[in-house]
Amino acid sequence: MSEEKLELAEEHTIVDPMAAIQEKVRACMQCGTCTGSCANSFAMDYTPRQLWRMLQLGLTDELFNSKTFSLCSSCYYCTLRCPRGLPLTEAIHSLKQLAVARGISEKKGSRFYRTFVETVRRYGRVREMELMARYFLSMKSPILPLSFTPLGVKLMLKGKVSPEMPKLYGPGKLDAIFRKVEQVEGSS
Amino acid sequence: MKYFYYSGCSLEGTALEYNISTQAMMRALGIELLELEDWTCCGASAAESISDLLSLVLPARNLALAEQMDMDCDFLIPCSACYLNLRKVDERAKKEEGLLDKINEVLGEEGLGYHGGIKSRHLLDVIVTDIGPEMIRSQVKRELSGLRVALYYGCQALRPYGGYDDPEQPRCMEPLIEALGAEVHDWTMGAKCCGAGLMTTKKEVAIELTSSLLEAAKGADCIATVCPMCQMNLDSYQKKASEVKQENLSISVFYLPQLIGMAFGLGEEDLKLGLNMAYTNSLKAKLAEYRVGITQQ
Repeated sequence: MSEEKLELAEEHTIVDPMAAIQEKVRACMQCGTCTGSCANSFAMDYTPRQLWRMLQLGLTDELFNSKTFSLCSSCYYCTLRCPRGLPLTEAIHSLKQLAVARGISEKKGSRFYRTFVETVRRYGRVREMELMARYFLSMKSPILPLSFTPLGVKLMLKGKVSPEMPKLYGPGKLDAIFRKVEQVEGSS
Repeated sequence: MKYFYYSGCSLEGTALEYNISTQAMMRALGIELLELEDWTCCGASAAESISDLLSLVLPARNLALAEQMDMDCDFLIPCSACYLNLRKVDERAKKEEGLLDKINEVLGEEGLGYHGGIKSRHLLDVIVTDIGPEMIRSQVKRELSGLRVALYYGCQALRPYGGYDDPEQPRCMEPLIEALGAEVHDWTMGAKCCGAGLMTTKKEVAIELTSSLLEAAKGADCIATVCPMCQMNLDSYQKKASEVKQENLSISVFYLPQLIGMAFGLGEEDLKLGLNMAYTNSLKAKLAEYRVGITQQ
């Protein structure tokens, strides 16, 4: 290990990300309050309760192949009601992060998040029109934009979105911060 | 009263009317809002799906800018997702030792630092706790009598952080609406989810949620919201929702400050009702009776 790497390793404790997520739900007793409280469980292949069990048992492949965590809309009902007080919504976010990091995240969701964050890195703020244009480009789907066209046109007519780039900031507004985040996270 | 004002990205675009009406309402109440010139995105729900540290650094950058101003003010945040993200920094820092150091290691790249302690508060919290129904009532110029409002709080204004209302059965907007002379629509959907970002990535799922909300709002003249994402989901997909439920579910969806502003007698330049997608003709006729949107001579 080079000296620099050694120094970074000392600075940030090395943890297995999967183990850290498992730890969040270790005390789950499978009561199902989360599933009963979830707004989107009707559309999931595995219910939230089942997802925690898969996580406890380390069924990683089944877990990342399921649609469940990409269907979380962060309403925080499960977190609020969990009798064990577990940070369930946070666990879902961690799963999303890990799926993105391992390149196994479900296409639509992760592309959208990546495009979003990229716009923030460039301009500091989000311009909705540009975000959607970049998202459509990344999806390479000729049909997807059509489902959003009526809304886009209405928004433009109201003057709420403009196809212009934001003028306030030049490219790379938050470059330094993003680079540093990657460096710190890459070393932990 | 004085607050740091964090409008957030949506309020510069699709939720412009929320921004304009909030500022106008505060002006009418004599409350000063200080906007930080160099504010940047809070990360919304996207950053937390990519990187935990990024999802903390992005909101913390704004808290650091406020810290530099060295003033004893709370942050006032109209967007529920921005509110959650800014508040999360302090809530997590309280529990996780060394977290602020890690955040500051990144913010140091811009010569910034945040040491905690600035209170991030939702606009709704400020309206109900600091301003209160009595102060609202004292400014009412046109009572909105006969107007039935479905009060919609959404998720992230109440959960996981809140502390100013019941996170499952919120009622804090009721005395405000009554102070305006309006009536409260009886429903149990006030704290249910609108589908949030799933409207972009899983539209058919989000439409299920919004259509159930719109269906339950039947009988009300309009819906009051305190979040740009909720407003957009309820406001902009009514045609689709009506198809799903096979009935006409069109209803006007206003931001709470727009409703308060109506009763304050503010003009269209402050209310921007014309920017709302769904502003039904039946409601326009009703509001014309209160001379809403017409600037007083």
